[in-house]
Amino acid sequence: MKKEDLPQDPGALDKFTREVCYVKNEDGKYETALSKGWDVKKQALDSAWEEVNERVEDARKAVASGEKSPVYYFMELRLMDLPVLSGYTGIFPFFIKRHFKPSVFKGLSERKLEKYARAFDITVDELKNFKG
Amino acid sequence: MNIDSQTDEFHHVQTAHCENGVTTALLRYHGLDFMTEPLAFGMGSGLFYIQIPFLTVNNGPAISFRTMPGAIFKRTCKSLGVEVTRKKFSNPAAAEAFLDKKVKEGVPVGCQVGVFHLTYFPKEYRFHFNAHNLIVFGEENGRYLVSDPVMEDVTSLSKEELSRVRFAQGPLAPKGHIYFPEKIKPITEDMIRKGIVTGIRRNVRDMLSIPGNFAGVNGIRHTSNHVRKWRDKLGLRKASLYLGQIVRMQEEIGTGGGGFRFLYGAFLEEAAAYLQDDRVANVSEDFTKAGDMWRASAIKMAGVYKGRLTEQKDFEEIADMMLEIRLVEKEAFQKLSSLKLGK
Repeated sequence: MKKEDLPQDPGALDKFTREVCYVKNEDGKYETALSKGWDVKKQALDSAWEEVNERVEDARKAVASGEKSPVYYFMELRLMDLPVLSGYTGIFPFFIKRHFKPSVFKGLSERKLEKYARAFDITVDELKNFKG
Repeated sequence: MNIDSQTDEFHHVQTAHCENGVTTALLRYHGLDFMTEPLAFGMGSGLFYIQIPFLTVNNGPAISFRTMPGAIFKRTCKSLGVEVTRKKFSNPAAAEAFLDKKVKEGVPVGCQVGVFHLTYFPKEYRFHFNAHNLIVFGEENGRYLVSDPVMEDVTSLSKEELSRVRFAQGPLAPKGHIYFPEKIKPITEDMIRKGIVTGIRRNVRDMLSIPGNFAGVNGIRHTSNHVRKWRDKLGLRKASLYLGQIVRMQEEIGTGGGGFRFLYGAFLEEAAAYLQDDRVANVSEDFTKAGDMWRASAIKMAGVYKGRLTEQKDFEEIADMMLEIRLVEKEAFQKLSSLKLGK
């Protein structure tokens, strides 16, 4: 990539930092230059977030209709999957999957609820009372 | 520690990639002023390609354009005879106590962190990615002074904030991982040259002769074969998200552009000067070409996830572009191999 071809399309990094890229200068030698971003990758990031938001919305609907418990919704909201949530709570994935069921979720002990709440950065009340 | 080679003040270094940056800044702090990001990357044999089988990351394919986290620091230090201390902890309090001790001694240290809870990062970048690296180089008003290599300036984190990211969970969980150079002997030009040659030879091996079809240059063909099938197998929407994931791994902050290929080109250019060998500089051009081709393929992929390109033939074209890239990289590494450096 030549130095003059380095894109400067402002994206999510704007106001945070510019990033270092390796480019060729006029003499055909490598040097570093700062870029504000590139539309091609900005759109890749945007479409990843669209997908996340859609998953969160689906999860919200599933809680509202009584198919899933709030644990499932907050897992999606915090971009987690089973291994990550298992890491933060210390609860095995097999059990987390069970806790996705509203009927099982209702009977969860205060201790388990606290573990989930801490992993999701919310209070136990917010977790228990989320209705979708 | 060798006191003679120490400078008092720590200098922030902004680099494309976080691990290169931590390696460069820490070694420079210890007096190795010649260290640059491309040199650290090349001596650590940083260039790679792998599509890890059966694993998905953020609901997409697990693809990496670089070697595994931690390897660059380890290999670069080793080839320069720098002794390294690294520690992991099961207890956050013990991890903090150890860090505080080092801060009090005035030793800058590298820390592995997760970015999801990293408060100064923009929200858009905060996924559960646990192999980010930063340097803690002091403390002021109860906050740690932090040098994050991808940022233009230094920043700071509270004790709670740092402890949280050092104990992020999930794949590659950092477990409070902390590392720093311990003992540095005087370094000669000859050692640098040897380090460069070792780095290149190891990179040739990694890209050309790892068995199996999913790593090294063959990994590119592996992904290319997948791309051909994605549209039918996953549906257009998911297939385009998968392509978006490739582009992010390839171009996002930390790669220097073109999936680290430009960075490797810059390394070979520096290596040529050290080795006084123009042949190496010529191969550098091949990596520039590969980087440009990766970027061209990213533009094509963007056409798909923007919804402009929807046909199977577009996926075929992308897959063909990847095969061409594979050939360019394969030839480049074969050229490096045939130079018989160091023999």
